[in-house]
Amino acid sequence: MVVALILLLVAIGSVLFHIYSPWWWTPIGTNWVYIDHTINITFWITGFVFVAVIAFMAYCVFRFHHKEGRRADYNPENKKLEWWLSVGTGVGVAAMLAPGLVVWHQFVTVPADATEVEVMGQQWQWSFRLPGKDGRLGTSDVRNIGPDNPMGLNRDDAHAQDDVVIENGELHLQLGKPVKVLLRSVDVLHDFYVPEFRAKMDMVPGAVTYFWITPIRTGTFDVLCAELCGAAHYQMRAKVIVDEEHEYHAWLEQQKTFAELSGGNAVVRATYQSGDK
Amino acid sequence: MVDIPYEGIANIPPAEAPDVELYHPRSWWTRYVFSQDAKVIAIQYALTASAIGLVALVLSWLMRLQLGFPGTFSFIDPNQYLQLITMHGMIMVIYLLTALFLGGFGNYLIPLMVGARDMVFPYVNMLSYWVYLLAVLVLASTFFVPGGPTGAGWTLYPPQAILSGTPGQEWGIILMMSSLILFIIGFTMGGLNYVVTVLQARARGMTLMRLPLTVWGIFTATVMALLAFPALFVASVMLLLDRLLGTSFFMPSLVEMGTLSKYGGGSPLLFQHLFWFFGHPEVYIVALPAFGIVSDLISTHARKNIFGYRMMVWAIVAIGALSFLVWAHHMYVSGMFPQFGYFFATTTLIIAIPTAIKVYNWVLTLWRGDIHLRVPMLFALGFIITFVNGGLTGLFLGNVVVDVPLSDTMFVVAHFHMVMGVAPIMVVLGAIYHWYPKVTGRMLNDVLGKFHFWVTFLGAYLIFFPMHYLGLLGVPRRYFELGEAAFIPPSAHSLNAFISVVALTVGFSQMVFLFNLAWSLFKGEASGGNPWRATTLEWQTPETPPGHGNWGKELPVVYRWAYDYSVPGAEEDFIPQNQPPRATQAVQGAVS
Repeated sequence: MVVALILLLVAIGSVLFHIYSPWWWTPIGTNWVYIDHTINITFWITGFVFVAVIAFMAYCVFRFHHKEGRRADYNPENKKLEWWLSVGTGVGVAAMLAPGLVVWHQFVTVPADATEVEVMGQQWQWSFRLPGKDGRLGTSDVRNIGPDNPMGLNRDDAHAQDDVVIENGELHLQLGKPVKVLLRSVDVLHDFYVPEFRAKMDMVPGAVTYFWITPIRTGTFDVLCAELCGAAHYQMRAKVIVDEEHEYHAWLEQQKTFAELSGGNAVVRATYQSGDK
Repeated sequence: MVDIPYEGIANIPPAEAPDVELYHPRSWWTRYVFSQDAKVIAIQYALTASAIGLVALVLSWLMRLQLGFPGTFSFIDPNQYLQLITMHGMIMVIYLLTALFLGGFGNYLIPLMVGARDMVFPYVNMLSYWVYLLAVLVLASTFFVPGGPTGAGWTLYPPQAILSGTPGQEWGIILMMSSLILFIIGFTMGGLNYVVTVLQARARGMTLMRLPLTVWGIFTATVMALLAFPALFVASVMLLLDRLLGTSFFMPSLVEMGTLSKYGGGSPLLFQHLFWFFGHPEVYIVALPAFGIVSDLISTHARKNIFGYRMMVWAIVAIGALSFLVWAHHMYVSGMFPQFGYFFATTTLIIAIPTAIKVYNWVLTLWRGDIHLRVPMLFALGFIITFVNGGLTGLFLGNVVVDVPLSDTMFVVAHFHMVMGVAPIMVVLGAIYHWYPKVTGRMLNDVLGKFHFWVTFLGAYLIFFPMHYLGLLGVPRRYFELGEAAFIPPSAHSLNAFISVVALTVGFSQMVFLFNLAWSLFKGEASGGNPWRATTLEWQTPETPPGHGNWGKELPVVYRWAYDYSVPGAEEDFIPQNQPPRATQAVQGAVS
């Protein structure tokens, strides 16, 4: 029976494609391996249901397709069967939802020792900001933006003077240190997206959003914009480099503070401390 | 013949539905153009929706040319690419699927299936179509205005939708919002009609629990649309005011092309909440009519009652109600209040239960059936596979933390195309093969139909199933070209090219279908009144195609539910809904 066979082949082919396809998620670069586990649980449960439903359907087509003299059963309902199927589905749903919610709890609970960095999106480039030696990011406002103040920092805020401002460059992160990534936009929606990080979040003008990660391997990662932001959305790129501690500090030494960039002279060149000091 | 042995749907005392005075057309114009007959309005809706749908199909070809072979087609630039995806999405979701299921199938089938002479407000029903046509024309006009149509994405998120970095900011976005407002006005006129007709104009004996599931699906979807579209209406008006008058409903202080704009104090997230409060029910506004129709296709062509009818009705109602509590699952990474994640993930995954029940009952209807693998049944089987596939990937995206890596990637594109593109269109096509004989009196060609099914079903599956894996890899959506990115291997580009070739093939195979529709209108085999030997009322009309007023002199009286197929002891393997029980017949026989 050709139709039944093709239906079955669609199910088998999908499973084989899943197993042998060369396209799979990127090697993970952060602590969010739990997210990958939850996806795997979901693949197992949904894969089983998919194959079971299609195989049953193909069997019915094979076994009960029209022949001369065949007559269908008259079978309006079967409450017991329907309840068992509903309960079974409920159990499967719970098995996906429960781990999902547990991991979501971790995702929205930022560890107390996380350091902050800020990513700012604008059409169509990325800027980054790190706190100076005071360990705090200064305030900012879109109304302060000008040629010598691209991120709109508040000149009257002492915390802002020593902030490290990186315009249109690369962001470095330190291996193994939890970091809260603060996200801000000055024009339209953007989304700071690094596939290897798994985490992502929209950047909304007028608000500060965030996610947190702990980088678990060194390397250079592509930053893309994942929220449509206009004509050059696809070209809005940058790089994030995850360094060992000493490399990270070597890089940080070379960066310029807001005071230096904006011609301020009151602030001494900052010396940066490692996190555990 | 026997009485229905099924106590669940036993004889409930029939309600009286008085016959109505119909408007009778007096000229060619009022008969075929400004017609108040729901059947003519249905065909007007269906032809208009299909015409603008074909435009959207061509847009998708251009889009796939660019994605599959970036840099080859110099006539597509990044701005045009965004305009292509925006118009393709908006046309398909609103102007094709919503209009076709509710305006097309709803208008044709509701009065016939419930045993009414027409919709209860025929004049308003006519206005509904003409306002819809105006909405389509306004939408189409954006292709010809300076700057072209909007390229804001079909979600139209502000601030970018009305700022100068987005194509179509001059006229496109203004006309898009105007067209949506018109569409909603037109839909509301039609929708009120469908709801009141189902509630008030059913034939004597047609209780709610005797309605075919097609009517339940369209009815519930219409109620949902009447509740959901106002949110889009409000959002459209506010966005239009922000664009035209410089108000700031959705616009915070921001920089536009390097200078501080005049906006301030608005919230971009407010738009997203309004949009998805409409947008998620919209998914089910398209899906529920498909659920209902496919139930009837499966039952008719498997010669077996739909399994678990009452559970099917409650599942439709439950899905409709729950779908108003899940909208923010489109916004998990929007920057909204993070604690919403728990609530919306839970409600979203709960919807899987009534939805799964529907799937089980469809396949259980096949069990021990007498399955005729005619073209409508093939499309129904294709629907089940694509819907199960697309529904299951919804469990990934609905589970908040799993959505984080997958959102805004090609996984999402593959998911929603499978579940609310391919699956409902399988039903649309199956339904056209099923009801074409009633509308025209002729059968569609079977060989062309089978060819059309296999190319469309297998092709669509080959397009969208592998696409999930591009998303898993991390390929973002709405990209003019992928450019340099270390994580995207060359094989991903080859897959994109493959998908484009299949998409063009499937697209062109629709021409076979269009040819079949036109050819069979004149040369198709005569169908008779009830070629599928179906039970529901539309197949029992005295004339085929049904005449003005549908039923001749006497309105039908309904004695049984819609699914008396293969009743034990009955001579035929179907008993029409208006066939009286044997006792009544004997009395009638004695009188005459």
